[in-house]
Amino acid sequence: MLALENYLVLSAILFSIGTIGVLTRRNAIVIFMCVEMMLNAVNLTLVAFSRYLGNIDGQVFVFFIMTVAAAEAAVGLALMIAFYKNRESIDVEDINMMKL
Amino acid sequence: MFDLVWLIPLCPLIGSVINGLFGKKIKNETVIGGIAAGSVLCSFFVACGILMQLLSLPGEERHFEKTIFTWIQSGQFKADIGFLIDPLSCVMLMVVTGVGFLIHLYSIGYMHGEEGFYRYFCYLNLFTFSMLCLVSGNNLLLMFVGWEGVGLCSYLLIGYYFHKKSAGDAGKKAFVMNRVGDFGFLLGLFTMFWYLGGTHNIWTINFRELASHAELMPVGGVTTVICLCFFLGATGKSAQIPLYTWLPDAMEGPTPVSALIHAATMVTAGVYMIGRMNFMFIKSPTALLVVACVGAATALFAATIGTAQNDIKRVLAYSTVSQLGYMFLAMGVGAFGAGIFHLMTHAFFKACLFLGSGSVIHAMHHALHHEHSDADPQDMRNMGGLKAKMPITFATFLIATLAIAGVPGLAGFFSKDEILWQAFSNPHHGEMNIILWGFGACAAFLTAFYMFRLVFMTFFGETRLSEKAFHHLHESPWVITLPLVVLACLSIVGGYVGIPKVIGETLGGIPNMWEHYLEPVFAYSTEYMKHAGGHGEAHSVAMEWGLMGVSVVIAFAGIGLAAALYIVKPTIPAAFTNAFPALHRAVYNKWYMDEIYDFAFVNPCKALGNFLWKGFDVVVVDGCVNGVAAVVKGFSGVLRYVQTGFVHNYAFSMTLGVVVIVAAYLFS
Repeated sequence: MLALENYLVLSAILFSIGTIGVLTRRNAIVIFMCVEMMLNAVNLTLVAFSRYLGNIDGQVFVFFIMTVAAAEAAVGLALMIAFYKNRESIDVEDINMMKL
Repeated sequence: MFDLVWLIPLCPLIGSVINGLFGKKIKNETVIGGIAAGSVLCSFFVACGILMQLLSLPGEERHFEKTIFTWIQSGQFKADIGFLIDPLSCVMLMVVTGVGFLIHLYSIGYMHGEEGFYRYFCYLNLFTFSMLCLVSGNNLLLMFVGWEGVGLCSYLLIGYYFHKKSAGDAGKKAFVMNRVGDFGFLLGLFTMFWYLGGTHNIWTINFRELASHAELMPVGGVTTVICLCFFLGATGKSAQIPLYTWLPDAMEGPTPVSALIHAATMVTAGVYMIGRMNFMFIKSPTALLVVACVGAATALFAATIGTAQNDIKRVLAYSTVSQLGYMFLAMGVGAFGAGIFHLMTHAFFKACLFLGSGSVIHAMHHALHHEHSDADPQDMRNMGGLKAKMPITFATFLIATLAIAGVPGLAGFFSKDEILWQAFSNPHHGEMNIILWGFGACAAFLTAFYMFRLVFMTFFGETRLSEKAFHHLHESPWVITLPLVVLACLSIVGGYVGIPKVIGETLGGIPNMWEHYLEPVFAYSTEYMKHAGGHGEAHSVAMEWGLMGVSVVIAFAGIGLAAALYIVKPTIPAAFTNAFPALHRAVYNKWYMDEIYDFAFVNPCKALGNFLWKGFDVVVVDGCVNGVAAVVKGFSGVLRYVQTGFVHNYAFSMTLGVVVIVAAYLFS
């Protein structure tokens, strides 16, 4: 059985990749996927700790996060479709209508 | 019957609400007028019933309080919505509802076809309601509510023809001057409450409770302050020097309004208030002297102005100011009963005079309208010889004029003579008495003179109208003449309730019913004067007869002078005017009082207002507000650059923030 550190390192790597993706990419869908990756990195941490501490609470959290992520995906994708219909683009640089 | 007293103010209020809300829909003038007059008639019947019941009780039991509910209760302070019935409030209720009903009836004819007919009756009923609250309230606060209510209605009705600038201005003038007086009223109320509560732990504003604690008030001192504050309120409402100038301008309102509000009822509120607070005033010789002097001075001063006015209503307005001065003179010499007596008789004959002048103006207006003349229908110089065309108006007007002039046998003679006698013989003012009497007597002479000048210029002599216009003059309809006839009858018989003692005794022991009737209300004052030992000099019966003779001579002298100047030799007045142009100009222009007030008060106030507007409001207040806005705008202009609109920037700053927080957590 792998030690806790292994899980945590993997999770940190995934989270960092996600963060860098969010900060550097312009395609909204890619950013969206990066966010999902960050969420799942956190899920991995929670599950690892849950197992390590023998406490089921962490896994319950994971279910909640997955539910929220599903809802977020539905809303987020709907927003993107709506935006694409208006602008024919899903580049976040183009989301600037509120700017002065 | 006493339990129904709340119906008296309620009926006109209901009438007012109906006409105010639905009058525009009803449209039918008969219905609107009927509702208004009918509601006041209901109140009149209830008032009659209450008077009957009151008279059936023995003197010392003639009071009744009906509390409807507690209006305000806060700590020691308590104010009820409650009504007080006693001989004084009963007189006022009868006058207000009785004369009020006649004037409502008259208004139906007079206001026929006017735009806003329903509005007029809504205001008039609201006025009646407020006035009835004023005179029947059992505490000072409810009285003040009525006091303010009548002021408001007066303002609304003076400005009834609001499309005329002069009417709007007159309304504002009346309102502002009344506010000055109201301020005094409130100060008096506060001072009294504070003094009685703070010093004697008696927290009350109820009239009967106040009267029962009257012995706690010191002689002079704080009592004088309280009385003078209340009197300032009275000068505003009752148009006395220094706050009288609004009343002549108030003639801009419709004539029945002048009759009801500015002659018979509202302007007498100050007199009523002093009568109600008599137990307070009697304890302050200084305040009494001020009241008497102001009253006497106003009586004479206004009478002089009345002699040179040409507008029929203005003459009557100055006459009203002058007669109110008489009432205050009576109050100031401690003759409260006589003052209230004159209030009642004055309500009869002055209402009759105003309504008569309204009838004349109505006829003149139609006659001049017929020949498309734009001459002023109120100017007496356009009238003359009207008695042939308007016999009923003429007869009633003449009777009322005889009454106000003080011709023996009519109402005005009894009340005015009583005041003059009391001014001469009262125990309060010592050497001043003869001066007060002199002022009163001179004013009586001038009253007889200017009133008959008015009658002669209007009804006698050759007409100054064109033949065609004169042909179109006609007597007014019955709704107008009926109130005139009733009021003229009252002007004749109204005085016989208070026959002076000397006449009564000579005729075989007829008592002065009036004095006897009002005795319970002024019992404390009478008792107090007995103990204070002020009896004045004992005056002989011969002296009283002599003074009565003097007043009669004065009245006839005034009438004779008017007849000589305006009937026998009409050239004299013009010659007199030419001989003393400066004097005539001064009198004609009301001694320039309006100009003096403008200079002394109005313009400085305007200048102060202008300064506060341009100097303080624009620079300081607006400067602060705009300054705060400018600072916020400046900062936000800088911070705006943070808001780039790029999602990456936001995400980056968020990430950075998280890193910083986590780092701080880890390394602390």
